[in-house]
Formats: sequence, structure tokens, C-alpha cells
Amino acid sequence: MTAPRTLFEKIWASHVVEAQADGTTLLYIDRHLVHEVTSPQAFEGLRTAGRKVRRPMATLAVADHNVPTTNRAAGIADLESRTQVQTLEDNCKEFGVTYFSMADVRQGIVHIVGPEQGMTQPGMTIVCGDSHTSTHGAFGALAFGIGTSEVEHVLATQTLVQKVPKTMRITVEGKTGPGVTAKDIVLAIIGKIGTAGGTGHVVEYAGEAIRALSMAGRMTVCNMAIEAGARAGLIAPDETTIAYMKGRPMAPKTADFDKAAAYWRSLPSDPGAVYDKEVVLKAADIAPQVTWGTSPEEVVPITGRVPDPAAETDPQRRAKLERSLQYMDLKPGMAMTDIAIDRVFIGSCTNARIEDLRAAAAVVKGRHVASSVQAMVVPGSGLVKEQAEKEGLADIFKAAGFEWREPGCSMCLAMNADRLEPGERCASTSNRNFEGRQGRGGRTHLLSPEMAAAAAVTGKLADVRSLRS
Amino acid sequence: MEKFTTLTGVAAPLPMVNVDTDMIIPKQFLKTIKRTGLGKHLFEEMRYTPEGKEIPSFVLNRMPFRKAKILIGGANFGCGSSREHAPWALADFGIRCVIAPSFADIFFNNCFKNGMLPIVVNDRTMTVLMQDAPKGGEFTIDLERRRILLPNGAPMPFEVDDFHRHCLLNGLDEIGLTLEKNKSIDAFEAKQGQAQPWLYAA
Repeated sequence: MTAPRTLFEKIWASHVVEAQADGTTLLYIDRHLVHEVTSPQAFEGLRTAGRKVRRPMATLAVADHNVPTTNRAAGIADLESRTQVQTLEDNCKEFGVTYFSMADVRQGIVHIVGPEQGMTQPGMTIVCGDSHTSTHGAFGALAFGIGTSEVEHVLATQTLVQKVPKTMRITVEGKTGPGVTAKDIVLAIIGKIGTAGGTGHVVEYAGEAIRALSMAGRMTVCNMAIEAGARAGLIAPDETTIAYMKGRPMAPKTADFDKAAAYWRSLPSDPGAVYDKEVVLKAADIAPQVTWGTSPEEVVPITGRVPDPAAETDPQRRAKLERSLQYMDLKPGMAMTDIAIDRVFIGSCTNARIEDLRAAAAVVKGRHVASSVQAMVVPGSGLVKEQAEKEGLADIFKAAGFEWREPGCSMCLAMNADRLEPGERCASTSNRNFEGRQGRGGRTHLLSPEMAAAAAVTGKLADVRSLRS
Repeated sequence: MEKFTTLTGVAAPLPMVNVDTDMIIPKQFLKTIKRTGLGKHLFEEMRYTPEGKEIPSFVLNRMPFRKAKILIGGANFGCGSSREHAPWALADFGIRCVIAPSFADIFFNNCFKNGMLPIVVNDRTMTVLMQDAPKGGEFTIDLERRRILLPNGAPMPFEVDDFHRHCLLNGLDEIGLTLEKNKSIDAFEAKQGQAQPWLYAA
């Protein structure tokens, strides 16, 4: 009898091409997602060495980071951005890779597009030159971000040289309270273990609160595994996963589907499987979360206060807290609900799926964006946008004074024209509150779509639970 | 790839935790389609005012650290985005070795692919390095013998895994190495295609 294995161990073992005694492994990669920012140098490397893309059919490319979210017909105004997107298109043509152009309704943020198309499937290994590739772990796929040199390695060989990571299980027991979302769960986890808490580990999320999440919620939780430093996030596939897969354009076709589903059902960790590290949280203890500082670990419940660095004993950490407070222009002890905001961004690979937009619209409906606030919604893909328009969500946002934009990464990292001005404070559903992330001098508070909607209509950080009728 | 055997130069101290890749190279410089030319924008927002003037107090704007070949950082160095532009910017500036108590995984791996050596050291070594570095003396990184030589010549050992060390010492192209294993990859695909045909369906 074989020893009980974790989900991670099963996926890893089924993708080993060659392993050396010291654990260095040549790992097979099933699917490769490509975007315009981290790929040009990789394609150039192939060209210089006279190499081909080994498996173009296992590769999908889409431009997302640089694309404008207004007036697509006018093309991209910024020359460098335009060149980068054009370079991706040219490279895809030259190397035979499928490319969704800006004019294609399937275009969107790469981590929204992959699952939406059914390219992301349980049990796979998936990589992309983007740290938020961890998103795809929601399906029980081993998915992780890589650098450009590794992008080139995968294009050329469909493999990567990897060391076996450690495993960690994070169990969220019980049920979450009203107004508490996947975003709050993952922010609470990062608050507990820190931004380096998962370094070197593949994290498997488990427990009743995780199993209760929709695929969208699971993707939010896995998306931010990287913000805890983890190599990847994983959630075991179940009937929710299988129901999501059915009928997707790139999912297994009818004849194969049942066979694939049977395989997927064999993937969850065996009872008694052992992890290198275990963390347990109680869902009932989690309130809606908001970050106050410039690292995702600098997070408190909305009912909380800005912390006092004087309480930190480690001098380097205290210096970091003081720097964060100064950058964010906040005083220790302030109530989070006293913080007024200038901008609201609902979007990103963390929270721009149809479920996120529905949740935000439910809060916005019948209300109006505060006069001091500029708010926008950037759907995760053309298909999400289309669906939201069909359901009347776009009309709710527009009637409330939100700008309704075209899909892309937008102000999550502000590579396109969407950015904060120095000193502006933003309630954002994205994933990073680093200094300058949303624009030099811009101040970011991370929160859920519901909480972002609450901030938009009240003009300050607000507890969405107090808005419910 | 350029070999990494020994490296001698001054070490710039940057005693900050969670130095993220957005700090190392902000997004407006990721629009390039080249690997080179990013050095002048390394740590852009800490190094220059919004008007583009140097901020004199920042370590890389001070002598002798303007010529630093080594950077000494705090815990969780290189966290955040997977952008390889971060190690490219460091290398383009002239820094080929980063020493820290811990690194984010993707940044750590990206360094090796560019002939750069990230070194993890314990708190005791870190304390010594952070005391010595600000004085501006030259350190030597000896990868062959896995040790850092302080400006006074005292050796501090460090660990590095054999595979990465071998690739750096010999300047090996990892893709070339893997392509030699083409037969194993073919065999893997044939077997996987049998067991999970849906992964190969058009």
C-alpha cells in the first residue's frame, strides 16, 4: 500500500520527466499562458538560438497589462505600450501560438481568460510569466509564476527545472459571517502568516469555508497565495469544479469529459496525508478586511484601527511600519472607518469576475458614488463585460456614477493610462498595496468588491455590513 | 551566459524588509522589449525625485556605492511580481550578487538565470555584513569555495545548491541542457497522451 499523498504530491509525481538524487526535477508543463510584458525577451531568445515553440497548442497568449480601458477603436496611444502589444502579436504569428487580440471578445486578464476558456483544468501544471498564476490553483492545478528566462525555457522545452517545494495546509474551519468574502479570508490569512509566511511552500487551502466558495471565490483565494510568498496555492477539485468545467470551449469534449472527471475526482489529498506545515483559522473570527499599509500583511478588520509601530520590537520591522504610516499619511490609532478615499478601483485578476461584479452591484444598487470619489469598474474579460451588460449590472454601475471600462489589468499596476495621482487614496479590489504600485505617490487600500462598493458610496472606508438593508 | 566565479567590489547596504520588485523597477519601465538599459531606473522612486533629480541620501547615489557590485538587503527581498526586469535592472547597474536573510522564490530563481548569485545568510552573518558594508570596503564573493571575504579578509561561509552553483561557475545555458533530454520529454508526452488523451485533443 502506498502512503497517503497530498494533492500537490499527486500532481507533482505525475509530471516528473526526470529527477535527480538532490531533488532537482525536470517537470513537465501542461499549459503555458503568455502576455506581452514578460514574453518579448523570451521569444527573442528563441529566435536568436534558432529554436521553436515545442507545443504551440499548449500555449495561449493575450495582451492585458498595457491595453487601454477606454476607446479601444483608437488603438494604444503610448508608443512603448503599442510596440509591446504588437510584438506579442507578431511573435505569436511567427511561432504559431494562439493569440486573443484586443478586438476579440475573449480578450482579458490572462488569469481570467484561462479558466473562462476551460484551458485551466484540474491536475495540470500551468505556468505564466506572472506571479498571479497562482490563481489557477483554484482548480486543483499546480500553477505558478515564472520569470522571462523560464518562459523561454517552457516555450522551447515544455518543461522547467524545479526543486521540490514544501507543503503547507491552511484550513479555514466553519462558516463565514455575512459580508465576509473570499478576499477577506485570504487577507486574514496573509495578516496571520505574513507576506513571507508561505515562502518555499505550495499552500493547499482546505476546510468548510473554502469548500463553500464558488470557483470565483476560490480563484481570489489562490490568486493571493503569492502575496503570502507561496510558490502556489491549491484547492482540491470537487463537484463545484467539475460543474464549472462543463461546456467550456477548451475543456475536454463529451467523449473524454467523464474520463477526465473521474481522474479529477482522484486528485484530492488522501486522508492522513502529511504537510510540512499546518495553519488553522476559524471563519467566524474573520471580519471584512482592509489593508492600512504598503504590504498586504499590513491588514486589519474594518472595525479595527491603524496600528502603532511603537508596539513592534524588531527595529527593521518597526522602521517598515513607520515608513508605511508615513507613505499612507495615517496616524496610529485612527479608526479605519475614518479614512476618506478619492478613488475606487473594482477590477484585477483578483476580483474582476462576474460574481465579483454582481456582489459589488448589489451594494451599489439604489445608491450613488460619493461626490468626492472617482470610481471605476474594469471587467476581467470581454466575456465578463458582455455578461455584466446582459444582466444589467453595467447599468447599475453607470447609474450610480461609476465609469464602466474595457477589460485589462488597468489600475492594479497602472502600466496603462489608468493610475493614481500622487497623494490620491484608493479603495482597490486588486492584490498589491506596494508603494507606487497604482501610480507614484498613490495610496492603496486592498479590500473586497463589496467593501470597495461601500467605500465608493460613502466616500470613506466603510463596513459593508452596516449598509445592508 | 557570463560565468560567475569570484566577484570583488563594494557592497551597498539597504536595510529594509520586504523590498518588492515594484521598488526595484517600477512598472513604467516594463514596457521595454529588451533586457538591457534598465540600470538607470533601478530603485527609481527611492533614487530620484519625481522631477528626476538624484536623492542624495539614497545609498546608490553615494560614493563608493554608485559602483556597488553587491547589494545587502533585508528579509523577503524581491517579493511581489515575477518581473525578471528586477534582476536585469540590478545587473545592468552592475550588481551581480544580492545578500539577504531571505528571498521571495521567483526573484531568487530569476537571479540564477542571469548569471547573478543571491545568497541567503543567517542573522549573525547579516549583522557583520551590515556593520562592515557602510564603511565602503571591498568584499569578495568566492563561489567556488562558497565564502564571502570581508574587507579585512575574514571568510564567512555560505550555502548554495549544487545545480545552481555548477550552472553559474560554468556559465551554462539551462535550455541547452534541457534540450539534450528531448527523448525523455518525448517519452513523457507519449505516456501522458495515452493516459490523459484530453490533454492532447485539438
